[in-house]
Amino acid sequence: MKIIVIGNGMVGQKFCEKLVGQKIEDLELTVFGEETLPAYDRVHLSEYFAGKTVQDLCMKPMGWYAENNVNLHLGDPVTQVDRAQKTVTSFEGKQFSYDYLVFATGSAAFVPQISGIDKHGVFVYRTIEDLNLIWRHAKIAKSAVVIGGGLLGLEAAKAMLDLGIPNTHVVEFAPRLMPRQIDDGGSHVLTEKLKALGITTHTQKNTAVILGNETITGLMFTDGSILSTDMLVISAGIKPRDELAKKIGLHIGHRGGISVNDHMQTSDPSVYAIGECAVHEGAVYGLVAPGYEMAEVAVHQLTGGTRAFGGFDMSTKLKLIGIDVASFGDPFIGNEDARSIVYHDNHKGIYQRINVSNDGTELLGGILVGDAEAYNKLQQICANKLTIPSDPAGLIRASGDTPNAPDNFELPASALICSCEGVKKQGIEDAVVQNGCESFDAVKKCTGAGSGCGGCTPMVKDIINATLKKQGKLVRNIICEHFAYSRQELYDIIRIKELHSFDEVLDSLGTGDGCEICRPAVSSILASLWNELIIKNESATSQDTNDRFLANIQKGGTYSVVPRIPGGEITPEKLIVIGTIAKKYNLYTKITGGQRIDLFGAHLNDLPLIWEELIAAGFESGHAYGKALRTVKSCVGSTWCRFGLHDSVSFAVRVENRYKGLRAPHKIKSAVSGCIRECAEAQSKDFGIIATEKGWNLYVCGNGGSKPQHALLLAADIDSETCIRYIDRFLMFYIKTADPLTRTATWLNKMEGGIDYLRNVVVHDSLGIAAELEAQMQTLADHYECEWKKAVETPELRKRFTHFINAPEAKDPTIVFEPLRAQKKAAEW
Amino acid sequence: MDKNNWIYACKATDMPHNGGVCVQYGTEQIALYYFTHRNEWYATQNLCPHKKQMALSRGMLGSQQGEPKVACPFHKKTFSLKNGQCLNDEACSAIKTYPVKVHEGNIFINVASILTPHSSTPIEYEPQ
Repeated sequence: MKIIVIGNGMVGQKFCEKLVGQKIEDLELTVFGEETLPAYDRVHLSEYFAGKTVQDLCMKPMGWYAENNVNLHLGDPVTQVDRAQKTVTSFEGKQFSYDYLVFATGSAAFVPQISGIDKHGVFVYRTIEDLNLIWRHAKIAKSAVVIGGGLLGLEAAKAMLDLGIPNTHVVEFAPRLMPRQIDDGGSHVLTEKLKALGITTHTQKNTAVILGNETITGLMFTDGSILSTDMLVISAGIKPRDELAKKIGLHIGHRGGISVNDHMQTSDPSVYAIGECAVHEGAVYGLVAPGYEMAEVAVHQLTGGTRAFGGFDMSTKLKLIGIDVASFGDPFIGNEDARSIVYHDNHKGIYQRINVSNDGTELLGGILVGDAEAYNKLQQICANKLTIPSDPAGLIRASGDTPNAPDNFELPASALICSCEGVKKQGIEDAVVQNGCESFDAVKKCTGAGSGCGGCTPMVKDIINATLKKQGKLVRNIICEHFAYSRQELYDIIRIKELHSFDEVLDSLGTGDGCEICRPAVSSILASLWNELIIKNESATSQDTNDRFLANIQKGGTYSVVPRIPGGEITPEKLIVIGTIAKKYNLYTKITGGQRIDLFGAHLNDLPLIWEELIAAGFESGHAYGKALRTVKSCVGSTWCRFGLHDSVSFAVRVENRYKGLRAPHKIKSAVSGCIRECAEAQSKDFGIIATEKGWNLYVCGNGGSKPQHALLLAADIDSETCIRYIDRFLMFYIKTADPLTRTATWLNKMEGGIDYLRNVVVHDSLGIAAELEAQMQTLADHYECEWKKAVETPELRKRFTHFINAPEAKDPTIVFEPLRAQKKAAEW
Repeated sequence: MDKNNWIYACKATDMPHNGGVCVQYGTEQIALYYFTHRNEWYATQNLCPHKKQMALSRGMLGSQQGEPKVACPFHKKTFSLKNGQCLNDEACSAIKTYPVKVHEGNIFINVASILTPHSSTPIEYEPQ
């Protein structure tokens, strides 16, 4: 079969890819492209100015065409077609015959007839060549105007920003930006956001004349106003490239475009047209996803399939200059046919509108500007006519909460999930059930879903997990390639089998030789179960470096030392000891966020010496290196503070001493505040205690860090003994059930039933395990010993703290420090 | 192989199990590993090429699809102990590997390649 494709743009290329994938034995595929570059990603064209190269943008490297026997002629457009003889002739005079001819000629920029349009400094925005011309001119431009406030125009405006042009304007004929996608309210929010970025918007402006002699100096509008500028980029729409089709007598639409039927056939059954050059039922589709669908339909037709093109849902979500803009269904449907719910927050720059049928049962369409997180769900609800909540306002953002669209809505099998690749829900389910694809990557490889823009990735993952669950397969959250268990399963099995070392665990439960993921995870479980010395011989090397050397490795390879200072309370004598040691070993000292003192820059060889002195002065390890209890911070409380209700320091010291050395899936931080003023910031901790008139309030699962989260109230007005019991149960439950390296906040976020479930387990003992949890915690507390004391007192352990095994006295000569204020810092890497 | 290129590192009994130590050889630092679980010995440069830190000897040992590897403690770049290739970052350069042999409980490392350009010599292994 001889197939010739005219045009090597995104859609033409996709057609080739899909056709080659059909493995037709006698296929002779020839492609002519007008541009000198092979097909590139026009959707992300503006990224060319943001640093992407032509290679980055190219869809397939040149080698792909050769490997797949695609005969590619670049820089050589087809100029003549003889439909009777079924031959084409190129500009360079090459002649080929075809069985089927495919027009994928795309579109050109629509350039309005304006006087002066041929002046220097006026550009269109369509090809890499256009971009190169713009780039050259932009070097001397201080201002730029883009005509066209639609999708492409705003992309072009972003390109002007990336080129560093300080003064950019967008001119739109319609009364608002993106008139095909959003309404006045959305446009208003978008305009404000653009303004903040330095882009000025002018709507309802019709350009009359382009001013200047040879080179543009400004624009005059029909209302007589003038806008000065050094360059003009026209991005006011597209015009199908149908000139060759017209010349050879194919049927052309009223407003241009090659007419095609549902099978992408033109008026000549041997000639097809796909992408932006085609007009289907009066519509030209200027987006890439429908173009890909057309390519798919054409390939089906040529290979005996039956797939038909039935129009395309023009719902879109995009990030324009970092601003989310989305519209779905019928975004504009009027007052008589629908009721609209609008959430408009000018302060944050969020505009959301949903249109609901008059009887309140159906979602008909909507617009999201500034925050389009709910897009996937809303678009699916709309496209599949799913039942909506009785109060539909909850579907969009309300007073700063995240949108609460129903999580468990059931999509029909026909729901289109990946619009770039045209993959339906059924296709993903089939990949899971019939082809055994059980991961996102496997499904992506098998179906193509998620390989385009990637916007559907979360939905694809949800469908995979739901399908696996339906099959009765556990959605397993295994640790790594060496253990087919979750952390919780491993914890239980190790406890029941009474395994005590990593190798024992590996040999009885795993395969291979372990790795940097499972070794620390298993070590943490062992420590949480038995609380044995983590650096005893066979265990040391399965600890993370910090645990292996009982100190935190820092830039340059030195370590930091953190003695425990429970509750942040320290005597002057102990402060002097720390100062003396820091001076002796030349350490940088800093107060930490957890109310203790960190000593940086210690050589590995010096660690036992430093700790020997610290221990002699009554200090213990602070476990700053471990996934373990770190600090219990406190405010000064009722002993000194005039507002304090209880003695928060004494309680913090008690709590810290009870849980010191406790190892967990991740680090644990705590705090005790003496009153509601909360000076210890207990609500940002894994567990936090705040004094009340009647006792203590216990908060759990708070977090600082990159995703701050307030702790939630677990129990109110409890006495000290009850508080400790609840913390015992809470921490043991966390240790037993959390995934590796999961902080309590994330653990709770993933827990079905959330804080209410956790409260039932911890306070109301709904699982009947409270006594067991308390007993296990008591055992761990009874087994506590200071690791550093053991290390410095045991010659076997102590000798490990050397850099060179064959020169134990020598320190690492490559370690370098630089001076910093009155101290020092690690050299930059 | 030239007999003189073998240097004495340490006694097998000095080695941690499933872990590494650092051996000084002139101004060079060589990481020596005793992968007890596989009963194998390996040696590589101690310098992690990622951030130029003398750290690989303190790294954790493991395997990936059967390939023995070491993970740098700083940012968990992992390197094959067999050929020195970085296994989780294509942009990261490979590390040098050195042959190791065990003789009567003493460990020797072959340093020939320190003076000549790197070649991936197979690891000689003699059971204890």
